[in-house]
Amino acid sequence: MGFRHEVRLSGTGGQGLLLIGKVLAEAAAVYDGKNATQSQSYGPEARGGASKSEVIISDEEIDYPKATEIDFLLCLTQESCDKYASDVKPEGTLLVDSTYVSSVPEGNYRVFQFPITQKAKDELGSATVANVVALGMISALTSVVSSESIESAILARVPKGTEDLNLKAYRLGRTLVEEAG
Amino acid sequence: MAERKAQMLSGNEACALAAVAAGCRFFAGYPITPSSEIGEVLSYLLPRNGGRFIQMEDEIASMGAIIGASLCGVKSLTATSGPGFSLKQENIGYAAMAEIPCVIVNVMRGGPSTGVPTQPAQADFQQARWGRHGDHPIIVIAPATVTGAYELTVRAFNLSEKYRTPVVLLLDEVVGHMREKVEITAPEDLEVVNREKPGMPPEEYLPYSHSGTDLNPMPAFGDGYRYHVTGLAHDETGFPTNNTREIDLQYRRLNRKLHRYRDDILQVRKMETDDARIGIVAYGSTARTARHTVKAARSEGIPVGLLQPVTVWPFPDEEIRDFGKQVSHLIVPEMSLGQFAREVERVAGCHAEIVRVNRVDGEPITPKEIITAVREVA
Repeated sequence: MGFRHEVRLSGTGGQGLLLIGKVLAEAAAVYDGKNATQSQSYGPEARGGASKSEVIISDEEIDYPKATEIDFLLCLTQESCDKYASDVKPEGTLLVDSTYVSSVPEGNYRVFQFPITQKAKDELGSATVANVVALGMISALTSVVSSESIESAILARVPKGTEDLNLKAYRLGRTLVEEAG
Repeated sequence: MAERKAQMLSGNEACALAAVAAGCRFFAGYPITPSSEIGEVLSYLLPRNGGRFIQMEDEIASMGAIIGASLCGVKSLTATSGPGFSLKQENIGYAAMAEIPCVIVNVMRGGPSTGVPTQPAQADFQQARWGRHGDHPIIVIAPATVTGAYELTVRAFNLSEKYRTPVVLLLDEVVGHMREKVEITAPEDLEVVNREKPGMPPEEYLPYSHSGTDLNPMPAFGDGYRYHVTGLAHDETGFPTNNTREIDLQYRRLNRKLHRYRDDILQVRKMETDDARIGIVAYGSTARTARHTVKAARSEGIPVGLLQPVTVWPFPDEEIRDFGKQVSHLIVPEMSLGQFAREVERVAGCHAEIVRVNRVDGEPITPKEIITAVREVA
């Protein structure tokens, strides 16, 4: 079997998890030339309810498009963290937004905790771009997709007029990880 | 060949793009998860390509509208999910009876009734075939990938035009919403079939002739060919009849039509079947899980093969029967409680043991669930 990298982005409806999943998959597939799929699962509510978006990146054809042995898990709510942490594979990575997640289940994975939403509010004046801050952190914590490709995909995907804000958010995410060493 | 550019698309977006490429210029529908993106994309694309988009008051009217548009010579599409598919059935029966080409996309979610709106299922399999009353044929095609959603949407229009029949494109939520990398064929490189128009003088035209090929040319309203269209049993002119011989001839022709051209209509995909001792039969997104499983099982040295019906109705009886003769077990995973396995059992149950793997909790079947079934019989 070839290289297969599984990412699950989880939280609640309205946090923009589908958008960053699309951007990550598009960056990997269209700009980096790998294969990628992005799928999602959410409830019937427009906001609230559990929501997740999954990205599979591979150098081979991707048959099964869902994540079962997760390399990277992002949790933006306590509920999603409790539900999905056990799906992270040994030596995998768990990134949580400590604005909402106070207790992280123990397991054989690397854990990174940042107040993602709080930082988005404080530094950019908008909690709406917390998802893109998280994407910047994902980019800095893994090297599966190139940062240039993610920036290109962000510019192609976000609403017109919000490009600058989203790029700032993305770079803030990268900086927060780099500063934390 | 035009250059093929890689892009990320969802199955629903691919379906909408393909409809335009296939020559569809009319969409009528009513939004419903998980199919809404098809109408959303077409509401943008159709007016820019000389077509029309209408959001109707409900699904029944949408189905009526696309039948009317098709009678006017315009390739037409509607898209829906379970509850809307139920509402469309009466008019789909009308299109089957009056032999009016049209394409209906049904992106399957959990049901019956409102069910599980945002999660996948494969439980409209029998409804797609038998949702209407009465003996009639229908073509149902089930893509498993985004590329498949594109190519098979074009094929759905082609078959519909060629055989003057409604065609159901049966997606499930996974295929509809999943985005993957595709390199779609440019419209100019696609094979596009347009319905045959009559060449004889209008006074000699018979819209439902039962001699010859079983297929009849179809003029557009306004072409100068005046004929009658009805859901009542009709004779060769299209007018209602109570003549038992005429009724019998028409029903037999209608039901013979697709059987006669079975080889052109049926498509199955095979993977590692040549030396397989254990078989998997799966369609739609479940076939993707099965492909993953075949690779994993082969790496363990288990001789497993997959037969994936792409045309799911007419059912590929012969192909699955032959596969059943070759293997000890046929494993049938599906997101339903046996609607698909029932047909596999019917055609191959006397040759191989049928092992059902069913899931109806709104989550797709995992490779682990199928490989567990494989290991048990290996």
